[in-house]
Amino acid sequence: MADALLRVENLVRRFGGILATDNLSLDVISGELHAIIGPNGAGKTTLISQLTGQLLPNSGTVHFAGQDITHLPAFRRSALGLARSFQITSLLSDFTALDNVALAAQAHDGHSFRFWGNARKESRLRDAAHAALSRVGLDHRADVVVSELSHGEQRELELAVALATKPQLLLLDEPMAGLGVTESARMVKLLQELRKEVTIVLVEHDMQAVFALADRITVLVYGRVIASGVPSAIRSNEEVKRAYLGDQHVVVAHG
Amino acid sequence: MSVSFNARNVVTALVAAGLLLLPLYSQLTGNIFVLTLFTRIVIFALAAASLNLIMGYGGMMSFGHAAYLGIGGYAVGILAHEGIGSGFIQWPVAILASALFALAVGSLSLRTRGVYFIMITLAFAQMAYYVASGLARYGGDDGLTIYKRSDFDGLINLSGRVQFYYLCLACLFGGVYLIWRIVNSRFGMVVQGLRSNEARMQAIGFPANRYRLVCFVISGMMCGLAGALLANNTDFVSPASMYWTRSGDLMVMVILGGMGSLFGPVIGAIAYLLLEESLSQITEYWAMILGPMLLLIVLFGRGGIMGMLGRPRRG
Repeated sequence: MADALLRVENLVRRFGGILATDNLSLDVISGELHAIIGPNGAGKTTLISQLTGQLLPNSGTVHFAGQDITHLPAFRRSALGLARSFQITSLLSDFTALDNVALAAQAHDGHSFRFWGNARKESRLRDAAHAALSRVGLDHRADVVVSELSHGEQRELELAVALATKPQLLLLDEPMAGLGVTESARMVKLLQELRKEVTIVLVEHDMQAVFALADRITVLVYGRVIASGVPSAIRSNEEVKRAYLGDQHVVVAHG
Repeated sequence: MSVSFNARNVVTALVAAGLLLLPLYSQLTGNIFVLTLFTRIVIFALAAASLNLIMGYGGMMSFGHAAYLGIGGYAVGILAHEGIGSGFIQWPVAILASALFALAVGSLSLRTRGVYFIMITLAFAQMAYYVASGLARYGGDDGLTIYKRSDFDGLINLSGRVQFYYLCLACLFGGVYLIWRIVNSRFGMVVQGLRSNEARMQAIGFPANRYRLVCFVISGMMCGLAGALLANNTDFVSPASMYWTRSGDLMVMVILGGMGSLFGPVIGAIAYLLLEESLSQITEYWAMILGPMLLLIVLFGRGGIMGMLGRPRRG
């Protein structure tokens, strides 16, 4: 596949004796929504962290838009157009929702060694922030401090922050984690909108959501890719069923 | 941002007005001591305000901030000793030397976080203390007497009590205004964001340590200016001005007044030094009274004095 936006080759990451990422290779094509699933401890978050630069791999390479980013620090990857949301909500909890998003916009609007003008009065940043908040349906909560937002709202804010960096590739680490049924449905609808604009890598436990959204699915077990393909192929893959889907299917069917 | 009449703003305005009118009170009552005392308080308030920039807004717990008081002071003292009496040279040198020291300390210590950061900043300040103690030519342990205050070509006479007080006050208000601009600027937003959640800030594209370092240097420069003022105030500079207990005093002023509030350190410096002054007249063991009082404020009033006056507005 020549036009892979993100290409991961032979990635290895050890924690002591544990192979969290085991010779993993993966292509994400421009425009697709690529889901990564796997049981707990399969190394999904470890993988995402290596893609965004919070963790460095022991070996292997990561290419983004044709550029080797394996050893780039997180802030440079963000500048290239790679954005992430965190599995465990990670926001500036003592800032307002609007400030959180405005800072993300500011990060991609030149350097921030500007000491004089009031950043909260810069309409360019504020407008961009309001736009991103509207995108996730959170604009009416713009002036609320993050710690006073509900969990669901914080998950949506995570997304707005990522969007405000104008990413080419959005890495979403369990955006549905801890959401109720209606909140989840809203998030799925939101992702369905976003996927039209931006390439997405989605790590998610909610199988219903994954199969509803994904163009392709990669299944991780113990840090290895055991299967990768379109949803129907994954659904019928025997090894995947054995490793992962078996008990989960029951939950989905009855839940 | 509109000015609202909450307790914080009222207290801030009253204190600022009080500081402005203090020389008048001193003249009317003939109480010279109060002016001398408040000159010292205003200088320490500037030092505390500069510490608050990195500690309160930036989340960098520097335990070596007194080093800049000493460096600023020694810049003035050494130049005066060598026959360079012009304040136009002394003060820029004081600020520049502090900047260089902050740059060196910051680029090493900012690789660490938490307790390690506290310890490294402390270690550097103690190093500066011992270097100053070893400067035999400039008095060593005993310190250096400054026979003539910085000369500003007749523009202002630092030996005039009232003039010098107002100069210190202008530096303090200027410093607080500068911090206010910085804190609300793009730069300030980044620094405060880093205090709140560094991983998040990296993920959205900010190189953390560059911004932290610049903030650290700005803070050091402001404290270096306070050092130059302090040396002129006491006509003397000694290694003791950099000792770790001095750094501790500055931290206490910031915490007492309210970390991360603009005017908090000023109120903290006033409260701390007034308490020290009045308690030390009652008993030799004043620290035994002051200590528990501080403990209570830290335990029960988490935002310091400013915190007790209500929450800040966020715009």
